[in-house]
Amino acid sequence: MDAINWTHAGPTFAAAFLASLVEFVEALTVVLAVGTVRGWRHALVGSGLGLLLLVALVAILGPALGRVPLDLLQLVVGTLLLLFGLRWLRKAILRSADVIALHDETAAYAKETEILRRDSASMAGGWDRVAIATAFQIVVLEGVEVVFIVVAVGAAGGLLVPASLGAAAAFVVVLALGLLLHRPLAQIPENLLKFAVGVLLSAFGTFWVGEGIGLAWPAADWSILALISAYLALALILVPSVRSIYSPVRRSVGTSQQAKEWP
Amino acid sequence: MTWLKAIGTELWGLFVDDGLLVVLSLAWIGAVVLGLRGLWPEGGHRALEAAAFAIGFLLILAESVTRAARRARKKRMSATVVGRR
Repeated sequence: MDAINWTHAGPTFAAAFLASLVEFVEALTVVLAVGTVRGWRHALVGSGLGLLLLVALVAILGPALGRVPLDLLQLVVGTLLLLFGLRWLRKAILRSADVIALHDETAAYAKETEILRRDSASMAGGWDRVAIATAFQIVVLEGVEVVFIVVAVGAAGGLLVPASLGAAAAFVVVLALGLLLHRPLAQIPENLLKFAVGVLLSAFGTFWVGEGIGLAWPAADWSILALISAYLALALILVPSVRSIYSPVRRSVGTSQQAKEWP
Repeated sequence: MTWLKAIGTELWGLFVDDGLLVVLSLAWIGAVVLGLRGLWPEGGHRALEAAAFAIGFLLILAESVTRAARRARKKRMSATVVGRR
């Protein structure tokens, strides 16, 4: 594989893998809750139906994307990818700076099981409609994000295969861990993953938008690595800066009035 | 319909969390496409054009997170004052 493809394929695979990992973990939490509280048959049927819908979506979207002019595809998909990446990176920075709370997979699981225990089963012909719908909804919602990530990261650069492989690898990892552990994957450092994914997707998005509007990136595809470095450096600088804005250090001498303002 | 609405809300939420960040990002892309590109001379300055384009988004991100932190601090201070009354 030549240098340009390697530059593309590696980050593409990594971005798709890490982003999909986060989405699959969130889906697994809810599917585990449904399976544990309402029964695995209903959880698996709902999940299966969701997966079928996603496969149909990819089957329709894949060929349709091939008909779109490359510049337009890069601009539109790149813009969406950039907004998606910036959103993740923004939240990851705020969580790292303790401005907003970390996502707690264990708490999410507990909340979901409580809701499912409280709602009475809505049975129709032996099938628990609420359980099936819950599993279906979460698989579709998180799956749509994965499909978007794979398409956005892969289509603009003709790298759908590495992107798809990344997502598939994430699915296998999460499924295997879920089968082994039978509990939410709370040990996975979700914010760290989202931080990394935010950096990667923001960099990719910026690159593809630039390509779409005809910018000439210096060193061509190697610019992606420079963009990744720039976003990472900025994010690492912003975390302590934002933390100091949110929780300034209490001054201890001569400013008792000011000291009282801070908890 | 509730399910469709939930999907629509979720899809919107994929891209829009801070509305101003989205507006500024789109405006920056528009500005570069429509006007600013003409300001850069041809030739060796293409690298600067690409760098400036990227720096724009870095600044937009920095503005968004610092604004969120200031807003969160203000909210926390208000909650502290109300709690003491």
